[in-house]
Amino acid sequence: MAEQQRVSIPGTTLFDDIQAQKGYALNKMCFSFNDKANRDAFKADEAAYCARFGLTAPQLAAVQSRNVLQLIAAGGNVYYLAKFAGIFGLDVQDIGAQQTGMSKDEFKQKLLNAGQ
Amino acid sequence: MAKIVGSIVTSHVPAIGRAIAGNLQNEPYWKPFFDAFPPIHRWLDEVKPDVAVVVYNDHGLNFFLDKMPTFSVGAAPEYRNADEGWGIPTLPPFTGDTELSWHLINQLVNKEFDLTTCQEMLVDHAFTLPLKLLWPQEGACPIKVVPVCINTVQFPIPSASRCYKLGEAIGEAIAAWDSDARVVVIGTGGLSHQLDGERAGFINKPFDLQFMQSLVDNPKWATQYTVEQLVEHTGSQGIELLMWLAARATIKGDVRALQNTYHLPISNTAAGVMLLEPLA
Ligand SMILES: [Fe+2]
Repeated sequence: MAEQQRVSIPGTTLFDDIQAQKGYALNKMCFSFNDKANRDAFKADEAAYCARFGLTAPQLAAVQSRNVLQLIAAGGNVYYLAKFAGIFGLDVQDIGAQQTGMSKDEFKQKLLNAGQ
Repeated sequence: MAKIVGSIVTSHVPAIGRAIAGNLQNEPYWKPFFDAFPPIHRWLDEVKPDVAVVVYNDHGLNFFLDKMPTFSVGAAPEYRNADEGWGIPTLPPFTGDTELSWHLINQLVNKEFDLTTCQEMLVDHAFTLPLKLLWPQEGACPIKVVPVCINTVQFPIPSASRCYKLGEAIGEAIAAWDSDARVVVIGTGGLSHQLDGERAGFINKPFDLQFMQSLVDNPKWATQYTVEQLVEHTGSQGIELLMWLAARATIKGDVRALQNTYHLPISNTAAGVMLLEPLA
């Protein structure tokens, strides 16, 4: 059987086999943030904590930048990234605003408009 | 034999947990959503289910990418909720029904659904919040539970058609269970939303409404779509409608919708709630 054709949806990265392999270390670190002790350890010494997971250079840069699109490009999956964002008190509307280049109020308005 | 008394499908947005914890149910932002539930509470009081089969998707609490089962079924005497990292209060443990769990596992594997069985399983907001919405009283959930988890984290994700068949097989297994238990099947997730990428905030009201209507009129409607097409129509997390589809498919034949609520937005999500009762 032919390899399934990859689908392209604008502004969307499907978390497929390519992303899952590329993002493994980053997602593993973010998964660890389910535990408060690990979130605290990250906050106490970010560089040392990242080193424990062997992040790639693009993943390290993305973590340092706190930039969600960059984190996704480095293989991050949004379910795990949400735990990373939680460390900074950011919710899904904050990260929605950041990714779409809007203010949080503009992003909320966009969501309201979808109901019209 | 056991009987499915109905199916309840609802969104499971984490913000619901914050609203419950903060007692915000009557705030204008929340009221249209929470108002869907008192009629369902009255129905639950009447039909008195003994056990809930909960079809949901884990968001990185119990499963990581090291081992990612497509379909998994809980077989634990108790299921614990835990910290998910972004701070909603943890709910008390849920009591399992291991007899039904193993009955489902045996029947489903026999029908060629090659499951992962979990004698220990943490349950995340997608499992806990819907149960809290349905049984809002203080303390633990008053009925027993069996979790059924479908992978929506990592592609390949099982197709709508496959999830529908899983639901049918669960329904047949419950109908073949030598028990007088009354079972409610709960499906949680959706509706349209997307958290990630430049397309974050994507919502598709016409598609959601058509999907909800289809569960009553033409339940296999959504099985015409590939998962990728569902992402296109409903957003990357909108594919959680697969849980609704599997839950609906557990009921053989026609249903009537005793409750039907659609409200948006809740956080980044178009929220829906339906109570479906078998006609036969
Ligand atoms: Fe979800």
